[in-house]
This record gives sequence, structure tokens and C-alpha cells, in this order.
Amino acid sequence: MTYETIMAGFGGQGLLFSGKVLAHAALIEGRELSWLPSYGPEMRGGTCNCSVIVSDEPVGSPIIAHPNVLMVMNEPSIDKFEPAVAAGGTVFVDSSLISRKVARDDVEAVYIPATEMAKDMGAAGLANMILLGAIVRRTGCVKSETVTQALKEVISARKADLLGLNLKAVELGEKYIEEHGQ
Amino acid sequence: MAMVFQKPKALTDAVLHYCPGCTHGIVHRLVAEAIDELGIEGRTIGIAPVGCSVMAYDYFRCDMIEASHGRAPAVATGVKRSMPDSVVFTYQGDGDLASIGLCETVSTACRGENVTIIFINNAIYGMTGGQMAPTSLIGQVTQTSPYGRDPKTQGMPIRICELLASLDAPAYLERVAVNSVAHVRQAKKAILKAFRNQVEGKGFSLVEVLSTCPTNWGLTPEKACQFVEEKMIPFYPLGNFKDRG
Amino acid sequence: MSEKVLMKGNEAIAEAAIRCGCRHYFGYPITPQTEIAAYMSKRMPKIGGTFLQAESEIAAINMVYGCAATGRRAMTSSSSPGISLKAEGMSYLAGADLPALIVNVQRGGPGLGGIQPSQSDYFFMTRGPGHGDFHIIVLAPATVQEMADMTRLAFELGEKYRMPAMLLADGTMGQMMEPVVLPGDTVDPETIPATKPWATTGTQMKRPHNIVNSLYLKPDELEKTNFERFERYARLEKEECRWEEYLMDDAEVCVVSVGITARVAKNAIVAARKEGIKVGMIRPITLYPFPKAALAAAAKKVKAFLTVELNMGQMNEDVRLAVECSRKVAMCNRVGGMIPSADEVLEAIRKEAK
Repeated sequence: MTYETIMAGFGGQGLLFSGKVLAHAALIEGRELSWLPSYGPEMRGGTCNCSVIVSDEPVGSPIIAHPNVLMVMNEPSIDKFEPAVAAGGTVFVDSSLISRKVARDDVEAVYIPATEMAKDMGAAGLANMILLGAIVRRTGCVKSETVTQALKEVISARKADLLGLNLKAVELGEKYIEEHGQ
Repeated sequence: MAMVFQKPKALTDAVLHYCPGCTHGIVHRLVAEAIDELGIEGRTIGIAPVGCSVMAYDYFRCDMIEASHGRAPAVATGVKRSMPDSVVFTYQGDGDLASIGLCETVSTACRGENVTIIFINNAIYGMTGGQMAPTSLIGQVTQTSPYGRDPKTQGMPIRICELLASLDAPAYLERVAVNSVAHVRQAKKAILKAFRNQVEGKGFSLVEVLSTCPTNWGLTPEKACQFVEEKMIPFYPLGNFKDRG
Repeated sequence: MSEKVLMKGNEAIAEAAIRCGCRHYFGYPITPQTEIAAYMSKRMPKIGGTFLQAESEIAAINMVYGCAATGRRAMTSSSSPGISLKAEGMSYLAGADLPALIVNVQRGGPGLGGIQPSQSDYFFMTRGPGHGDFHIIVLAPATVQEMADMTRLAFELGEKYRMPAMLLADGTMGQMMEPVVLPGDTVDPETIPATKPWATTGTQMKRPHNIVNSLYLKPDELEKTNFERFERYARLEKEECRWEEYLMDDAEVCVVSVGITARVAKNAIVAARKEGIKVGMIRPITLYPFPKAALAAAAKKVKAFLTVELNMGQMNEDVRLAVECSRKVAMCNRVGGMIPSADEVLEAIRKEAK
């Protein structure tokens, strides 16, 4: 199985980071993978996305034309990427930031108020990790344990105090899927 | 028989190609004497410029590198950073150092790179046949300022020592001349000091040498020396501009 | 040592260079290659190396020139507009027969262009990366692993043939992360200058002076150096051409592509094969020397070539020359930072397979 994931939203939402954690988890599992960021002149704001491919086969192009996993954190991103999703793919929507529903009926839609949930846990910037937790739980693209391990390896010693919060955010995302059965 | 005068050891036996009356020969000699006196020839690497002294690599007995036009200070930086115990000098003219290579000159000085720069200012492009230099004087007639350098359209001459003296990093900046015996003696001291500074790790040292170009100035060697005294020194005052000694 | 790590292509180049004994990096920031400079600025001070942010790309390449003259493994990196500024320096490096590594992570042009991936410096790098008659070795990585492996290869080939060598990547290759096995840290930087008796390391009063120079005022002497250099290029072409063949055994259409587009093309080829189209790919790894013989051999078997590239057909011209126009050489290209999709490439393959 090949998971072709696009994570998209505004710069500063941590999309490149959540993609990196996913990629790192795949590395730990010995899977084939690629991680490709969009890169632009702005450091903050502006649109931002990254493409992560996790596969059991060698990765050809790191550019994803038809993602089977899409995670969106703003309206322009759902407008841009929804039409490209492969039939049968899953769209993970931060419903705190995007009011509209997924229009297509040949893809699955999962709505998570990730930004509100993140605010409730006192870390507004970790909606990305809540969504990552949901993706992992729902798709099984990588194992939950390897995400934990990946976070421990990726978060630098300098920011070690953030590790706990990140782990909690991933767990919240996983739980949300379990509880809401989406 | 007692030897009273000889060529410095740091010069090769190659015959200099410079025009009669040109002061490059004197400055080459002063550089070579400094290298001899400090006993550093074996670890010295010189950088030749583009300009009349382009073939300086044939004249100095130490290892030599020929740089592209104006980039000698960058090349010197590359050498010095890879061999911090070496002694690295550049030998550059006014077009090379003060025009096309001004950015490298200022930046290398600003980094306080521990190298020695010998800057020959003769107010003209010699090798290409006498065009206006960044240091050509106001009113000076050259091939590309045939009506005399006009500040309105051709700007003012640049004073490199004064410019670099505004920077914090340089260790030593001095302007000398080689148009008289007394001036040559002072020049020798300055050049020796600029090399010694490097050996002692003091940092960026530059000696600006007011030189002659009898051929392109259209003057006899003697009149050329007078031109330095009467026209150049008033605009480019001799002396020390920085000495963190 | 054989552990896989996750790295950006740009970072893999930097770390690989260090492990190959490079202790001197001179550069200037420009997107999309700045990670190389940032990485070097962190690592070099810790291992006694030099990271120097130069005042310009021109200064950086001349620092490399000075450093390479002392026999060290020196490198610089930039992206297209900055490489234009390094053209003078590359010419002097070639003229003085100095090995050095130059990395070009290409972006769109001309002029300031854009910052998205491009392969539009192909002609510039393979035909004339500066004034005068010379070449530099040009390697085109297509994976992060190759970014690391070719860094070593570039240093080694450059030293073997005494010429500058370039890693010619595109923005995608520089920015993407993939698992990579870094080369072993086996090269002692201290031992390298001793292998270069021509280096200007100071005479120590034990030998005549060395001169690193590209000036020959006597035409017959300059002609001789040019002839000698091109004899070396001929050897290089004979012995060092590298390419990858993919599904070429029964191919009727041969895709030719490098870097990111070769990877997009691979996806398209897999899809085309599912439709029963006999298509394969020759991926040049050395762009100079260009693997002409491999393409000429393929021309005897296939009915058409299809170049997939991020320029207006620069490599297409090399393929035409290599096959002496004996076959159609079609093209599928996007420019300005756009990249053809696998679907676009598939459509182009279908057209040539008819």
C-alpha cells in the first residue's frame, strides 16, 4: 500500500513539521518514503503544504498528483486540493478553520475541530499534531508507537518541554477517531 | 670582495617586464626584502592581480597564484583560511583593488582577514594603455578622460586608506610613496610592518604605495616622480591611517 | 555507518562533503540551496573547518579558487542567478586546472526568474559555464542518496581529471527529504594536499615555487594547454560516462530525463507499461560527459525518444546529436518552476508509442 499524503494550510501551522514526523515514523519502520515541502518567499502566512509518500515500494516521483490522504487547515487548501484527491481517498478537515463540507461523494471526509481542541489543551499551535494522530489512527499509514518514537527523535533537546504536549496532541487525535467512529 | 648590494633572495632571476622608470620594480624589491628579513619565503603565498603586475608570479620566489581581476583579496582569504600559518599577500593595482575589486577589498578588510595587501596607486590603468583609474586625479588626461577627469560626469578620485580607516577591523593602513629615496625608506618600513603584523597575527594590513607610470603619463621618469610629489601627494596625503599596533 | 537517516537533499550534500574531507565551504545565501550554507555554518566550526559567508557569489568562488590552489577539498553552492556570477571563477578554475566542487540547485530564469525548480541551466553548465573553451564535470542526482553519493564522486573525478565538478540539481532535489545512507567518514582532510604536488602550499624552501595560473600570453603555449585539456576531456568521456537504464530491454520508446523529471517520468512509465506500452528510460547521470554512446545504442532499438525536462529543450538537443537525428526526439516540458505531471508525461508517451 502506498500512502500519498498532502498536508496543506497556512505557513506557521506546522504543516512541514507534522509531515516530517510522519516521514520520520516511516523511516523508523524501514518503509520507503519521501517528504517534499512547498517553498515560497514568505516565512509566515501564505499558503504552505508538504507531500509525504509512505510506501512498501521504492518511491518514484515525490510529487503527489492524486493524494489518497489529504489534511487541510484552511479554505484555500480544501478548494485547491479536494478535486485532486484519488477516488476512495480520505480528507481530514480542521473543522474549526474550515466551515464548508467536502463536496465530492467518492472520497471519505473526516471533520475534526482540531484547532479548538488544541486551544482547549492549552497549545493552540498543535492542531497539526491532532490531525496527524487522526490520520494515523484512521489510515494506519504508520504505527502509533512509531509516531511516538519519531516525535522523541525529531523534537530537539532544546524544545524537549514541548514533547509531552505533542504526544498528547497526537493521542487526542487518535482518541477523537476512536470516540467518533469516523 | 665584500658584497655591498644584491638582489633580495625572494626575487627570482626573471627579468622584469616593466617599463623603464616604472616604480613596480622598487616595490617588488621592498616586498622581497620584507620576506627575506622575516625569513618567511618558504611559507609565503603571493597573489598576483590583473594589471601591469599580472606576471608578478614569475618574479617572486615563493608560491604564487594568479587571480582574476579584482578578486585577489578573496583568493587570499581562501588560501589563508585553509593554511592559517602561511603568510599571504596580494599585490594589486588601483583598477584591480579600488574599482572592479572594491567589494572584495572592503569586505576582506571588514573581516579583518589576517593578510597583507600591497596596493599600487599610480592613478591610471597601465596595462591596457592608460585609461582613467578610480584614483585618477581631477583634470587628469587619460585615454578615457581625454578632456581631463571631470568630477561632474566621472566622479571624484577614491582615497582607499581613508575609506578603509572608517572600518573597525583593519589592523594597519598606511600610505607611502616611492618617488624619492626618503619616501622609499619609509615605504620599506611600512611594507615590512604590514608583513610582520600578519606573522604576529594582528590582522588586515594594507599599504598604499603612490607609484609612477611614466609611459602612460607621458612624462620622463624624473618628471613622473615630481608629479607624485606635486600632484598626487597633496590629494593622497602620506601617513598612517590606522595602527592597532 | 550504514544507518539510514532522513535528510533534505541540500543537507545530504553538505554532510557528505564533510565526510569526504571537505573542510572549507564558501557561499552566499540564495533560495533554494541555502540549507547547504546553514548546515555548514553549524558543522564546520565544530570540526575545525571553515564556513565563510562571502560578500558575493563572485567572492565565494574566488575563495574556493584560493583554497583549491592549496590542495584542499573546497566547495561552494548556489542557485542559478548566483551561478551566473560564478561563471568567471569557474573559467579561472578550469584555466588553472583546479579541482573544486560547485553545487547548483537550479531555479527558473532568466534574470531573477523564480525560486521554483528548473533545469534551465543545462546549456550553461554543459556547454560553456564561463568564457573560454572548457568544460566542467556535471553530475545530475535524482535522489537524496545520489546527492550524497555524487558529492563524493564530484570530488574524486575533479581531482582525477584536475577540473571543477558540479552537482547540478533542481530545487525539488534540494528541498525534499528521503532516507539516505551517508558515506563513511574515511577521508582524512590532512592527507589530501600531499597528493597534489602542484599545490601552492608554500615551498618550505625545499622545491621551486609552484604557480597556479591561467595566463599564457604566448599563443602557442595557450594552444598547447587547450589541446592538453581537451585530451583529458576525451579520456573523461571515454571512461566516466554514467547513466541508468530502466526497462530498456524491450523498449520501443525511450524516455530521457534527469533529476526530478526522471522520477515523474518513472511513474508515467509504470502506468504506460500497465497499458502495454513498451517504454523505458535512459537517465543520464553525467551530463558532461553526456552518455552519447548509450543513446546511440538505444537508437538502434527504439523508434522514438522523448525528453522530459524543465527547460525549452536543452537536453533534447544533446539527444538529437547523440542519435544523429536517426530517430524522432520528442519532448514533454514545463518551465518557470512548473513540473509536468505523470499524467502529462504518460500522454506524451502514448503519443510517441502510436
